[in-house]
Amino acid sequence: MNPKIQTKELDFHYGKVQALKKVTLDIKEHQVTALIGPSGCGKSTFLRTLNRMNDVIPNARLEGAVFLDGLNIYAPEVDVVEVRKRVGMVFQQPNPFPKSIYENVIFGPRMLGLNHRTNLNDVVEKSLRASGLWDEVKDNLGKSGMALSGGQQQRLCIARALAIEPEIILMDEPCSSLDPISTLRIEELMQELKGKYTIVIVTHNMQQAARASDWTGFFLLGEMVEYGPTSEIFSRPKDKRTEDYITGRFG
Amino acid sequence: MIKLSPKLMQKIAWGFTWAAGIISVLILVLIIGYVLAKGLPVISLEFLLTSPEGGLSGEGGIFSCIVATLWLIAITMAILIPLGIGAAIYLAEYAPDSKFTRLIRYSVDLLAGVPSIVFGLFGFAVFVMALHLSYSILAGALTLVCLLLPFLVRSAEEAIRTVPQEQREAALSLGATRWQTIVHVIMPAALPGIITGIILCVGGAVAESACLYVTMGGSAAMPTSLLSGGRTLAVHVFYLAMETNALDKALATGAVLIILIFIINLSTRWLSQRLQAKMSGGT
Repeated sequence: MNPKIQTKELDFHYGKVQALKKVTLDIKEHQVTALIGPSGCGKSTFLRTLNRMNDVIPNARLEGAVFLDGLNIYAPEVDVVEVRKRVGMVFQQPNPFPKSIYENVIFGPRMLGLNHRTNLNDVVEKSLRASGLWDEVKDNLGKSGMALSGGQQQRLCIARALAIEPEIILMDEPCSSLDPISTLRIEELMQELKGKYTIVIVTHNMQQAARASDWTGFFLLGEMVEYGPTSEIFSRPKDKRTEDYITGRFG
Repeated sequence: MIKLSPKLMQKIAWGFTWAAGIISVLILVLIIGYVLAKGLPVISLEFLLTSPEGGLSGEGGIFSCIVATLWLIAITMAILIPLGIGAAIYLAEYAPDSKFTRLIRYSVDLLAGVPSIVFGLFGFAVFVMALHLSYSILAGALTLVCLLLPFLVRSAEEAIRTVPQEQREAALSLGATRWQTIVHVIMPAALPGIITGIILCVGGAVAESACLYVTMGGSAAMPTSLLSGGRTLAVHVFYLAMETNALDKALATGAVLIILIFIINLSTRWLSQRLQAKMSGGT
């Protein structure tokens, strides 16, 4: 299996604080990779280096490289918009725009220059079907995205990310504000989506990592302690710190 | 010290805040009510459509003053709004948090506290004299821009800053550039706050008198171009009250001022709602 994303010796600093220490990781194509670890371990920071979302943070500094299909996305000639077109993101809090469901979904394609009404209609239906929201909202596409329930809002955000046809979807604790049923729906959705996309998910919830992912990386204090197939990480961890964490001795 | 029971204290606090609220509303109602009650009966179509003709009894109406005031507001806002919003976007979205930007912010705050007559003197020295604009609507408008810019920049910056960071991140993560994010996500969300700032600026412009007297002059003649002088409604009220015995006409002019501000507020809000719907797209 090809690595879709490779990071090499990735260091990240917020001012004087080092958040990532020499993280080297291969993320496999068409798999769900979960990143786990206690709060402040750097897993979210790592995720946000993969679509250069950390670019806007003042005084932040990155060393090392992130390769997307072999292309270093931090090379000076790379356009950040091109990177984000290929790497979509879903955030911790559902963050739909205060616009209609329809306008939310077509926001990305429109910013990238797609304006043809029929094409946009197709994009909306395809994306909402893929995120499993179509049947619930198809008669109400003019309704505000803010008026949906939390779980629906998060699936709207997933549809919005799918609308730009990315290759990778990053999810930053996407279920942390959702109820168990909505959480389950998102996990099922990840299984459906991984056939077409590569998914990287940061989660606080170890059961979720165990249920929904194929690969798991364990982060602690900015280091990637252990990385492997999810079943092995949870049944036969090689590192003592990983074992302590997954058995609930800390974190 | 006498110790009051929490329950009694609560009653006293409630009574005090209630009285304070009623008194503030009452003062407002009294002033507006007085001006409208005394002023409205004097207003006639003739009063509105003839220009002041001078004299101890304040002959004539206020037509040229209305025209001068509307011109002044239009020119001031045409310069003020793009400058103010542009600077606010820069400060809130682009400027790095450095000593230099802190200095900008500090000086903006400082400027906002300078009395308006000082701006008037500045406008007189620079626009009227040095730039040879003489007493003119343009000189008055430029002076008002200097006076109101700090306030508009700060209130627009505040409105932009209150847009949640998650909204910016959502737009950026979808491949929007920073400018697209500003135009399509941040500005629609910040618009109500910015509009409030603009309305307060219009109110300030209409209310200002001293700093306009020294930059636009007090000519009651009908302005014919941006370089003509003019007498605004507020200056005319001052003139009527101090130089004539036509207090009734001063109050009538005041009533017109109040109504004008009211109309401008309503139409600005209406416009902003239309604009917001258009910028957000869809229903």
